[in-house]
Amino acid sequence: MPLLEIRDLHVSVEDQEILRGVDLTIEAGEVHAIMGPNGAGKSTLANLLSGREGYEATRGQVLYRGKDLLDRTPEQRARDGLFLAFQYPVEIPGVTNSYFMKASLNALRGARGEPELDAFDFLTLVKQKMKQLDFDESFLNRSVNEGFSGGEKKRNEILQMALLDPRLAVLDETDSGLDIDALRIVADGVRALGREDRAVLAITHYHRLLEYLVPDHVHVLVGGRIARSGDRGLALELEERGYGWLEQEGAA
Amino acid sequence: MSAAAEALARAFAPAAEGEPAWLAERRLEGLRLFEAAGLPHTKLEDWRFTSLDALESLELEPAPEAAPVDSGLADAVRAEVGPALCALFVDGREREIPAGEAEGISLEPLTRAAGNDALGLQGRLGALADPKRRSLTALNAALFAGGASLEIAADARPERPIHLVWLQSDGAHAAHPRFAIRAGAGSRACVIEHYVSGPGARGLCNPVTEIELEPGARLDHVVVQDQSGDVFQLGALAARGERDSELRTTSVALGGRLGRWDVYGTLAGEGARLELNGLYLARARQLLDHHTTIDHAAPRTTSEESFKGILDGRGHGVFHGRIHVRPDAQQIEAAQTHRSLLLSDQARINAKPQLEIYADDVRCSHGATVGQLDVDQLFYLRARGLTLARARALLTFGFAREICERIPLAPLREALERRVLNWLPAGDDA
Ligand SMILES: Nc1ncnc2c1ncn2[C@@H]1O[C@H](COP(=O)(O)OP(=O)(O)OP(=O)(O)O)[C@@H](O)[C@H]1O
Ligand SMILES: [Mg+2]
Repeated sequence: MPLLEIRDLHVSVEDQEILRGVDLTIEAGEVHAIMGPNGAGKSTLANLLSGREGYEATRGQVLYRGKDLLDRTPEQRARDGLFLAFQYPVEIPGVTNSYFMKASLNALRGARGEPELDAFDFLTLVKQKMKQLDFDESFLNRSVNEGFSGGEKKRNEILQMALLDPRLAVLDETDSGLDIDALRIVADGVRALGREDRAVLAITHYHRLLEYLVPDHVHVLVGGRIARSGDRGLALELEERGYGWLEQEGAA
Repeated sequence: MSAAAEALARAFAPAAEGEPAWLAERRLEGLRLFEAAGLPHTKLEDWRFTSLDALESLELEPAPEAAPVDSGLADAVRAEVGPALCALFVDGREREIPAGEAEGISLEPLTRAAGNDALGLQGRLGALADPKRRSLTALNAALFAGGASLEIAADARPERPIHLVWLQSDGAHAAHPRFAIRAGAGSRACVIEHYVSGPGARGLCNPVTEIELEPGARLDHVVVQDQSGDVFQLGALAARGERDSELRTTSVALGGRLGRWDVYGTLAGEGARLELNGLYLARARQLLDHHTTIDHAAPRTTSEESFKGILDGRGHGVFHGRIHVRPDAQQIEAAQTHRSLLLSDQARINAKPQLEIYADDVRCSHGATVGQLDVDQLFYLRARGLTLARARALLTFGFAREICERIPLAPLREALERRVLNWLPAGDDA
């Protein structure tokens, strides 16, 4: 059974059809990349998968671990191991990063039937993860994402991913705005997940990330459809030729 | 007068034994003023949104002299503050008062301190909390029993905070706690007032606190209004700061059926500073009303006022913030913000700043916002596994935290943060 199976998915936002028949299958153990021009619908797909309000599937089906995903609340999806690294992480003044992440981790642990971590065990774990990601501990006591630089926000997403250890991680342009070192760290973070029963769906504009991530499949989303799928070679080709030729093919 | 006002006034007894003659006169004056004005009503501009009609059906009685004390409640409140010089009052009367002389403070029942001419209370009591300005203050002046007088010696720096627990007894009792604080020149201290009651309380608590800060005194003052859900808390604070003094008052109000707090702050000496912070949480049919008046009566004075209100259910918040700058008071800085969060469609807020600025060298800012929880923030938390209820509670807590952070004592701050966090039902998960 695939981890994720998307069939003929049509998605509308404010009565405007953005995704127009997406098919995508992700098996456990795989890394997939989605590329595509601005406005193609990449974030729309990520948002739909994570259950954001306002994204309506008008046709088609999404199965996660063999079960319908779309009738589940965002928190149920998260508890079931789905993780979205946001393209634009949200600032939450007044709530410390550490409190937030502990609440999140314990919610997921509870759903898995594992005991909650107390403050000490949580801090031990999160500090260990921060060290691996080369992310300063001072970020624990700051309000969630408040005043973080663009790159720091992305690192914070990766930290959460490392902590929550998801089955399926959807990374929405987590590489944008990252310097080369940070990029390597993101990739390390993703690879650290890389057990047989995990999978990653990485949305990106750059071949750069894929050099580190080494995807098994690369898809190109154009005009709300997957215009082409291939291996890493496709990413290189896109970087050289742009998306124009696919847009024309799609129109033809 | 209304029936409730008459019932309140009937509790008047000529001066208790041992009270000085001047105090007996003040009590009588208070009674006259209260009888003339009656209880506040909604035809008064300052009470437009806050009706005391429900008080009429209470059949209030004077608080008994020695109501039983819920020691469990008193202990719980003490534990929230941690090590402190803690005094316990029931219906405004002293039960336990610690000795603080070693730390440079003197805390005693106000009725006793009144007889000590050296303290000069004859000239001080009611000088800030003017009974002519507010009929409830007049009522307090007429009826307060016991009360507290706190003298902080010049340059004293008591290590422990001074903690006053004002317990309201069970029943429909009327109590009128009275507190007079004088912070001596150059002193530094922290005073916490807790107004609490058990679930059987359903009366009126009508406290008045007066604070005088002598030159260079610094006082951190925290007021927690955590009455049970049927109590009417109608309180006043009047403070006056002399040259280079600093008062920081932080109020957290989450209890009571109806809570009203009138604050009068006078910056009377050059360089004086007042920081006034407030957080209030109202739900069900609670009404919490804050009226503040800050009077910049001297040049180079600063005030900074931040209030936040969180309203759920049919909760109703009222905020009125008046800032007055006198014509000869130049180089003034005054900042006021009031931010409210409405968590339900039926919650209500009436907020109004009122700036009266008669000097020209003034930097004055004010801002008011009314908001709801942010959908993107809610989604972010849910996408990390938090239930909607938990996400709402956490965001609400985040909103409140800015004010909680100004509470100087870590144990109390954390206790109040926990209260805020658990104030909203967390739904199915913890
Ligand atoms: N909430 C929304 N309201 C209105 N339009 C939306 C909304 N969300 C997405 N859209 C529209 O849907 C289209 C696809 O947007 P989406 O964010 O999915 O693109 P993307 O492929 O992620 O682009 P980018 O590479 O710039 O991140 C865009 O035209 C966008 O304006
Ligand atoms: Mg996008």
